[in-house]
Amino acid sequence: MPLSVYLNVAVGGVLTGLVYGLMALGLSVIFGVVRVVNFAHGEMMTVAMYIAIVMFAWFHLDPLILLVPIAAVLFVFGYALQASLINPFITRPEHSQFLLLVALAIIIANTLLISFGPDARAVQTGYVYDSFQVGPVIVDASKIYAGVAAIVVTVALFAFFRLTLLGKAIRACADNHTGALVVGLDVERLYALTFGLGAACVGAAGTMLVLITDATPMVGPGYTLLAFVIVITGGLGSMPGALLGGVLIGVTEAIAGLLFTPSAKSMFAFAILVLVLLFRPQGILGKRLA
Amino acid sequence: MSALLSVEAVSKRFRGLLAVDRVSFAVPQGAIFAIIGPNGAGKTTLFNIIAGVLAANGGSISFAGQSIDGLPPDAVCRRGIARTFQIVRPFPALSVEDNVTVGALLNRREVGAARAHARDLLQRLDLFDKRHRPAATLTLPDRKRLEVARALATGPQLLLLDEVMAGLRPTETDRMVAILRALNRESGLTILLIEHVMRAVMALASRVLVLDHGVAIAEGAPESVVRDPAVVQSYLGAEAV
Amino acid sequence: MIARLGAGLASRGAVPLAILLTAFLLAPFFVNDYLLTVLILILYFAYAGQAWNIMMGFAGQLSLGHALYVGLGSYVAATLFTRFGIGPWLGLLAAIPIAAACGAVIGYLAFRFGVAGVYFAILTIAFAEFARIGFDHLDYVNASSGLFLPVKQYAHNDLWLLRGDPTMFYYVILAATVFAFGLCRLLLHSRIGYFWLAIREDEPAARAAGIDTFRYKMYAVMVSAAVTSFAGVFYAFFYNNLFPEQVFSISRSIEIILGPIIGGIGTLFGPILGAFVLTGLAETLNSAMGAFGLDLPGAKQVFYGVCLLLVVLALPDGVWPPLARRLGLSDDKP
Repeated sequence: MPLSVYLNVAVGGVLTGLVYGLMALGLSVIFGVVRVVNFAHGEMMTVAMYIAIVMFAWFHLDPLILLVPIAAVLFVFGYALQASLINPFITRPEHSQFLLLVALAIIIANTLLISFGPDARAVQTGYVYDSFQVGPVIVDASKIYAGVAAIVVTVALFAFFRLTLLGKAIRACADNHTGALVVGLDVERLYALTFGLGAACVGAAGTMLVLITDATPMVGPGYTLLAFVIVITGGLGSMPGALLGGVLIGVTEAIAGLLFTPSAKSMFAFAILVLVLLFRPQGILGKRLA
Repeated sequence: MSALLSVEAVSKRFRGLLAVDRVSFAVPQGAIFAIIGPNGAGKTTLFNIIAGVLAANGGSISFAGQSIDGLPPDAVCRRGIARTFQIVRPFPALSVEDNVTVGALLNRREVGAARAHARDLLQRLDLFDKRHRPAATLTLPDRKRLEVARALATGPQLLLLDEVMAGLRPTETDRMVAILRALNRESGLTILLIEHVMRAVMALASRVLVLDHGVAIAEGAPESVVRDPAVVQSYLGAEAV
Repeated sequence: MIARLGAGLASRGAVPLAILLTAFLLAPFFVNDYLLTVLILILYFAYAGQAWNIMMGFAGQLSLGHALYVGLGSYVAATLFTRFGIGPWLGLLAAIPIAAACGAVIGYLAFRFGVAGVYFAILTIAFAEFARIGFDHLDYVNASSGLFLPVKQYAHNDLWLLRGDPTMFYYVILAATVFAFGLCRLLLHSRIGYFWLAIREDEPAARAAGIDTFRYKMYAVMVSAAVTSFAGVFYAFFYNNLFPEQVFSISRSIEIILGPIIGGIGTLFGPILGAFVLTGLAETLNSAMGAFGLDLPGAKQVFYGVCLLLVVLALPDGVWPPLARRLGLSDDKP
């Protein structure tokens, strides 16, 4: 195959990967701070996708416009979830927390199934068939928009954590739970805020993802797993790592889909996960645990 | 008496911090040897190196004439070194008896035999009446004795005790001292202990090593170490003497 | 405490146990076909849950990819039958080592490289998904089109080839569940059981007590995988059709763990009780909805999710331990 085909596919993979990266960023933020494994991550993104689809179907609102509102809705949902259900669970054993979120994931996914049925839904925007050409590379317009939006949201998140007082307070909680309590930070509220932010990331990512792919109620687990692969590959505790991991997985999947059968592309994500867990468990940009 | 445990120029570095700096000492067979020193002196780090939890960056350790460098914790235990933890770690959901039975099963294939041995130890350590209670429901002094019982069940030649007196009231301390003395006298068990409670150190130890900032600053009989000016200055304070 | 739950049961619980067993033995004579199928399903989940419990309840390793071993058991036995005419019991002899070997690979990768807790769970999910996608593309077993076992009208039950009416399958799965129960009881009271419990409770402390935790965790994974593979063989010969999408699906893995979690991880009766409660209620729900003319695919799963949620929130140890205390069957004070 000519090089330009690979290049096209790779660039498409990078852009898709940026959206994946945003999704994974949400997971990384939640896991890095609250230390809870959000098994319902993919389901939260599925919810966002369906909201976008419904809003588009009823009001013809473009997903790019829906980005902020849906992220806000997911923020509230995440905040409420952490505040009501998960905060009391912080001291419980790991598998209890995990199972709580598994239960939520099952409930969400199947409620969606009951509400919308198993068929795939998509968003047909006006620009769905448009593409841009840069040199030998031809890219879908929707992917470009999605990728750019993902970058914007990520930069906003970085800025929040580095520059604002609230962001620093959250990072303090992540670094040292007891220390944060001792200096008087309202850790529970900060946890809820963090979960909300993570959910907002996922909401944004989901809204962008409908520009790229279809939604069915059962796509959740696949994306949850993908998010974990990305976070572990890019490095736990590293926000740039999540984005880098996302891009890496996005490109790998795209090229693998080209070389082998598209339906087998997830196998490569898993292969990467196994390799990372074995040989560089802290991930590419992660910090080695002492 | 030959040295059961021989620590030679052992060092441990944690990135920028030299936690243990070329420490050497030998614990004779049948002795009770104490390591004292201010907090952060490197005592528990040293213990963790001997027990196989941490790898030393330099030096070597031999036990009963054989090197134990680089052995993992379970292998060290199988060689004959048992340990307790500074913050007690019983098996919370298991009963007191089951806790000790686990230790006894190291050298016994039969559960029945292991359980019988566990019961003997529980008698010696005054925990027999509580043997069916879950370990999580025990008070701190009882948990400490449980850990000692579990460690003893593995049939060690050397017992490492990490601040086993911490948090105990004087009467409980005396009780523990009596038990340890009896074990040492009757079965020849060699004991290496980290302690802050000087009452226990003076009552038990035949030899004391003082660590400060990772360096051995004094070693000898308890009475002379306690009066050593360097030790008084760094750790004990003039009032203690 | 949990370790002794079984011991206490033997003396105090012998009579209720006998009554229960008799009830199960006589059930086919008193229930209709539909209920018989429900009972088979209950026992199937009780068996699979018990097998999973070995890894989680005893050794403390959370596996969320147990569908892998079920699927392997199914496909190995089914392939040997459809291609070579080899009966399921011989197929089982092949399925067991294959499942155990897979478990060993996962265990080795995880334990040698310090992958524990939640990461271990994710690793198990990844392997199950890998198998799902892999088998979906494997033409040797018909890939995503599915593998079908020949079903003919048999004049009588054939136990050797597992061809026959539901009653035969019922007794097979009942025997298997009793076997699994007995095996778990044996393991729990053996040296290996003590070591597993120690590892579950506190792995570093277990190592300090001389236990080679790597080796014993490996045993737990391999035994659990091996025992689970029979569930796969049974599944293949009972349903007679296999699709990788269904057999290796993460939903299957989650169904397997629901029984023990609801019933009580680490206990002997937990998986059985849990399977009863869960499947019993689910089928009741199904029937009720059917009576109202509602057909909601996914409703059963929502129900499972809600059950799991309630149990995790209110009964962290599962339903069995408090129940056992009430019934006076445990050594704890009520």
